[in-house]
Amino acid sequence: MNWLDTIVQGILLGGLYALFAAGLSLVFGIMRLVNLAHGDLIVLAAFLLLVLVSALGLNPFVAALVALPVMYAIGWGLQFLVLNRTIGDDILPPLLVTFGLSVVIQNALLQGFSADSRRVPVGALESASLQIGPISVGTMPLFTFLSAVGVIVGLNLIFYRTGLGRAFRATSDDRATAGLMGIRADRIFATATGLAMVVVTIAALFLGTRANFDPTMGPARLIYAFEAVIIGGLGSFWGTLAGGVIIGVAQTLGAAINPEWQILAGHLAFLLVLLVRPRGLFPRALD
Amino acid sequence: MTHETLSSSSSQAPAAASAWTVTTRNRASSVAALLIVAVLLAGIAAPLFASRSVLQDLFFILTMLTLAQCWNLLAGYAGLVSVGQQAFVGFGAYVMAASVALGGFDPVVAILFGGLAAMLLSVPTALFVFRLHGAYFAIGTWVIAEVVRLLLAQWKALGGGTGTSLPTGVARELPGVRLVADWFGVRPAQAADMVYYWLALLLACAAIGFAYRLLRSKQGLGLAAVRDNGQAARAVGIDPNRIRFAVYLAAAFVTGLAGALIYLQKARISPDAAFSVTDWTAYVIFIVVIGGIGTIEGPIIGVVVFFILRNLFADYGSWYLLVLGLLGIAIMLFAPRGLWGLFTERTGIQLFPVRRILAGGPLTKTIKGGPHG
Repeated sequence: MNWLDTIVQGILLGGLYALFAAGLSLVFGIMRLVNLAHGDLIVLAAFLLLVLVSALGLNPFVAALVALPVMYAIGWGLQFLVLNRTIGDDILPPLLVTFGLSVVIQNALLQGFSADSRRVPVGALESASLQIGPISVGTMPLFTFLSAVGVIVGLNLIFYRTGLGRAFRATSDDRATAGLMGIRADRIFATATGLAMVVVTIAALFLGTRANFDPTMGPARLIYAFEAVIIGGLGSFWGTLAGGVIIGVAQTLGAAINPEWQILAGHLAFLLVLLVRPRGLFPRALD
Repeated sequence: MTHETLSSSSSQAPAAASAWTVTTRNRASSVAALLIVAVLLAGIAAPLFASRSVLQDLFFILTMLTLAQCWNLLAGYAGLVSVGQQAFVGFGAYVMAASVALGGFDPVVAILFGGLAAMLLSVPTALFVFRLHGAYFAIGTWVIAEVVRLLLAQWKALGGGTGTSLPTGVARELPGVRLVADWFGVRPAQAADMVYYWLALLLACAAIGFAYRLLRSKQGLGLAAVRDNGQAARAVGIDPNRIRFAVYLAAAFVTGLAGALIYLQKARISPDAAFSVTDWTAYVIFIVVIGGIGTIEGPIIGVVVFFILRNLFADYGSWYLLVLGLLGIAIMLFAPRGLWGLFTERTGIQLFPVRRILAGGPLTKTIKGGPHG
C-alpha cells in the first residue's frame, strides 16, 4: 500500500512538472527556441502572485486571474522586443540572451525580495485531502494534476482547432511561406510566448501554494521542465505530461528509498530514457 | 608554421604570379607578439614585487581566464554551448581533494589527477550529451553536472553535502614552496601564494597556447569549417563529431586542472561551491561574451572587464550579477562579436591571428580578367 501511495504522489507531482514544461514545449515547438529563463519566469510569476495576495489581500486564485494578462503582456513584450532579435540559424544568441535574462531575473528578485523562502497561503485548502479508496490524496496536488491535464487539452485545442493554432503550425513548418500567406511571424512568436507565460502563471500558482519558494529555485524548475519535454518527445503535449509524470514518480520513489536521492533519481530516469530513446517516448516533431 | 604556400594550378593563374601565399600574420600581430612576450615576462616576475592580495587577485583572474578559454573553444569554435562546465571544475577539484586528503599524494600530482579524472568523466558525458543538439545540448550538460554534484554530495569521506577542508599545511608541501621561501626570504604562506600564482600563469598560458595552436592547425581549420557551414565541411570529408568530441575532451581536461588548482588554493571544498553554475559557468559565459566570443583575445579582455566590474560592485550584492547579465544581453544583441570584435573591426588588429589571409599572387588591380578581377 505504501508503494501505491508513493506512486500516486509521484504522478500528482508529475502534474506540476508538466505545468512547468508545457510552456517550454509550446515555445520550442513553434520557434525552436529554448528559453533558459523559463524557470526564473515561473518564480517571477510566483512572486507576482505573492504580491497580489499579500498586498491586495486577494484570494490566490483571483490573484492568478489578475496575473494572467500581466504575464501575457510580459511574455509578448519580451518576445517581440528582445527574443525575436535573436532568432535565426545561429543557436548562440537565443541561448546566451535567455541565460543572461535568467541571471537578471534571479538577482532582481533577490534584490527585491531577499533570499527568504516564501509561500502563497491558500488557507484550509493547504492541508485538505480526499480519501480515494485506500489512499489519501491532497486536494491541491490533485487540483494541480487536473489543471495540468486541462492545460494540455487546452493547448492541443488551440494548436489543432483554431486559426491561431494553424498559424502557429504554419510558421513552425515554414516561416517564409507562412509569411507569404500574410502571417506575421514576429507577432505569432510574441503571441506564443505570451501564451506560454499564461501557462507559466498557472504553474506558478501551484508552485507557490504547494511549498516554499525563493528567488534561486528557477534553474532547477527549468531542468525538470526540460527533462519532461525531452522524455515526452519534442512537439507532443501529451508526451510532455507523460514526461512530467515519469520525473515525478522517479523522484518520489527515490525519496522513499532515501530522501537525499529524490532529485538524483529524477535525473537518472531522464538519462536512462535518453540512452534508450534519444528522441523521447512520443516524438512528433523533428528537431 | 607561419606561412603555408599554396601552389595554384596554372590554368587558373596568370603567368605573372604562379603562387599565392596564405598567411595568418600581419604587421600588427608581429608587434603584438613582442608585446605578448613582454607581458609574459612581467607576469613571471610579478610575484617579486606584487603584494599577496594582488597575487591572489591575479590568481583569480588567471584561473577564470583558463576556464573562459576552454568554454570559448567549445562554444565559440566547436558550436558546443555547454552550461555544464562546472561538472569538470567540481570533479577535478574533488579528485584532487581526495588524492591529497585520502591518498596522501603530492598536490601537483593531485592536480594532474584532477584534470585526468575530468577528462575521463567527459567520455561518458559526451555519450549522453552528443545525442542532443543546440539548446538541448546546453541543458543536457547542466543535468550531468547536477548528477555529478548530487553523487559527490553522498561521498561521506569528503564531508558529504557540507564538504571538507584540505589538511592544513598542504600548501607547504607544494614542490618548490620551501625553495621559494628560502630564495626570496619570505614566509611559507607567501611563498605558497607565489607558487599558486605561477601555476595559474602556466595553466592560463598553456590554455591560450593550446587554443592558438589548435586553431592554426588543420584540425582548427576543420573546426572553423564545421562552424561556418557544417554541410559543406562534411562534403569535403570533415567528420564534425570527431573534432567536436576531441575538443570536448581537451576542454574537460584543462577545466578539470583549473578546478583542481582553484580548490587547492581555496583549501576548502563543498559540492554546492565546486559545482556552482554561477561561479564556473555564468561568470565564464559573461567573460567570453563581453570580451568577444570566437576569438582568443576576447576572453582576455572579458576577464579584465569582469574583474573591474567585480571590484566596483563588490559591495552591492546581487546588483553585480544583475549588471553583468544586462551587459551580457546588450552585447549579445547589439555587438555579438563583443568588445574585442568592436575593436578589431575598426583597426584590423589581431593579437593571436588565426584567420587565414590570402596574400600576394595575382591580386594587383592591373590584371584584368584574373580570378579576382
